[in-house]
Amino acid sequence: MNLWRDIKGTVQPFWVTLRNMLRRPVTVRYPEQKRTPPPRYRARIVLTRDPDGGERCVACYLCSAACPVDCISMQAAEAPDGRRHAAWFRINFARCIYCGLCAEACPTLAIQMTPDFAFCKDEPLRLVYEKEDLLINDGGKDREYNFYRHAGIGVVNPRGGNDDEYGPVDVKSNLP
Amino acid sequence: MPEWLITLTLILVKLGLVFFVLLTGAAYLVLAERKLLGRMQLRYGPNRVGPFGLLQPLADAVKLLTKEDFIPAQADKFVFFVAPGLAAVTALLAFAVVPFSPPITLFGREVPMVVCDLNIGVLYFLGLSSLAVYGVALGGWASNSKYALLGGIRGLSQLISYELAMGLSLVPVVLMARSFSLTDIVLAQQSVPFALLNPLAFLIFLVSVAAESKRIPFDLPEAENELVAGFHTEYSGMRFGLFFVGEYINMMILGAMITVFFLGGWLGPWLPPIVWFLLKVLAVAFFFIWVRGTLPRLRYDQLMHFGWKVLIPLSLLNVVVTGAVLLWRQG
Repeated sequence: MNLWRDIKGTVQPFWVTLRNMLRRPVTVRYPEQKRTPPPRYRARIVLTRDPDGGERCVACYLCSAACPVDCISMQAAEAPDGRRHAAWFRINFARCIYCGLCAEACPTLAIQMTPDFAFCKDEPLRLVYEKEDLLINDGGKDREYNFYRHAGIGVVNPRGGNDDEYGPVDVKSNLP
Repeated sequence: MPEWLITLTLILVKLGLVFFVLLTGAAYLVLAERKLLGRMQLRYGPNRVGPFGLLQPLADAVKLLTKEDFIPAQADKFVFFVAPGLAAVTALLAFAVVPFSPPITLFGREVPMVVCDLNIGVLYFLGLSSLAVYGVALGGWASNSKYALLGGIRGLSQLISYELAMGLSLVPVVLMARSFSLTDIVLAQQSVPFALLNPLAFLIFLVSVAAESKRIPFDLPEAENELVAGFHTEYSGMRFGLFFVGEYINMMILGAMITVFFLGGWLGPWLPPIVWFLLKVLAVAFFFIWVRGTLPRLRYDQLMHFGWKVLIPLSLLNVVVTGAVLLWRQG
């Protein structure tokens, strides 16, 4: 019977809504109840340090190139020992869309996303974070990783003076 | 104090009371609706402004009053200004004939607890609910916007077709009560409320009242996912607020009408009459909110078919049968 089906279809939903009305809402009431976001949540960006305490960032500009909204800017500089770093490093969080592309682009794991999402300000300019605001004294997600043990340092003279490096081989000595 | 002054004062006091109760009632009905709908969807609804969100209506009013009053280019200004007022005023005026309690004695005189006990109360109510169409139609027309116009047209045709069924479903009530006065209709339900005596008329009236108040299964005039907001698309600030408040006052009025016509008005055991009346009106209002949380919107052709092919023949049949039964019982 079509009519019977129609009547049933009209009356049954009332029971469903009534039952749901008496159930507990699933809402998390935010400021009072806070949930911890998962560790890989993408929110505030930080600059990490390697295990020796040095800055990981080598100012390669890859993050600022990857950024779809152009919110990262920096100036590269070189230390006397040939180590590259950022003279200044700036992230405009008022522009950032928290896509995580910068963290993905970073070859030295310097730039990383943290789950700290609640840092809104009443003035947009205060959302422009400088290098001092971004740097943390920790390795972040991979504490043991140390880029400079392998690469990123200027060529020293004489050749082969860096850690992890052998001196140039005298080709005449290893002839067969 | 001369006699006429006392009468005038009493009428003014009653008017003020009704006005106050209706407006605060409408404001808190909005809150209740948002909260109940929230609970039905497993949310809390507004709970930030004041304890349990009880000051939300106040916040809403402040927001609406401070918004820009925008008039679209080439809108018919006069009609555009008048339409929201029409929607709210017709809703308010209808309450003049609703009796909310038996007469009480005050200053040694009998005071009827109704603003004005017209002997043609039913006709007055029907006339005003027809006038309410003008708010929708004129608002939609004057906005100079296609969505508003479409909403206005839909509202017009919907209200006209459901008004027929509504009027016809009231005929058995009038037949049974033998009066057009709402007080007499309530008194005629001393033993059995008309909802039990004539459930078909009750159901038809309930459905057409839902259509009349443009609420969810019948909200085609505003249909937000088809027509933006229908006839009040172009309205902003307190003009929109008037439409909005008018809708909720209308809901209270129609609840009061269902209460008076079918649920026995203020009659009931133990509790004082006014409490019974309010309880019944609130129950009807809850039912409307419940319907809104439950049913999807009808398609336009379904709406028209249902009105013209089901409701009107049924109510005509109901009139004939009720009349025949009443005649037969008279002998």
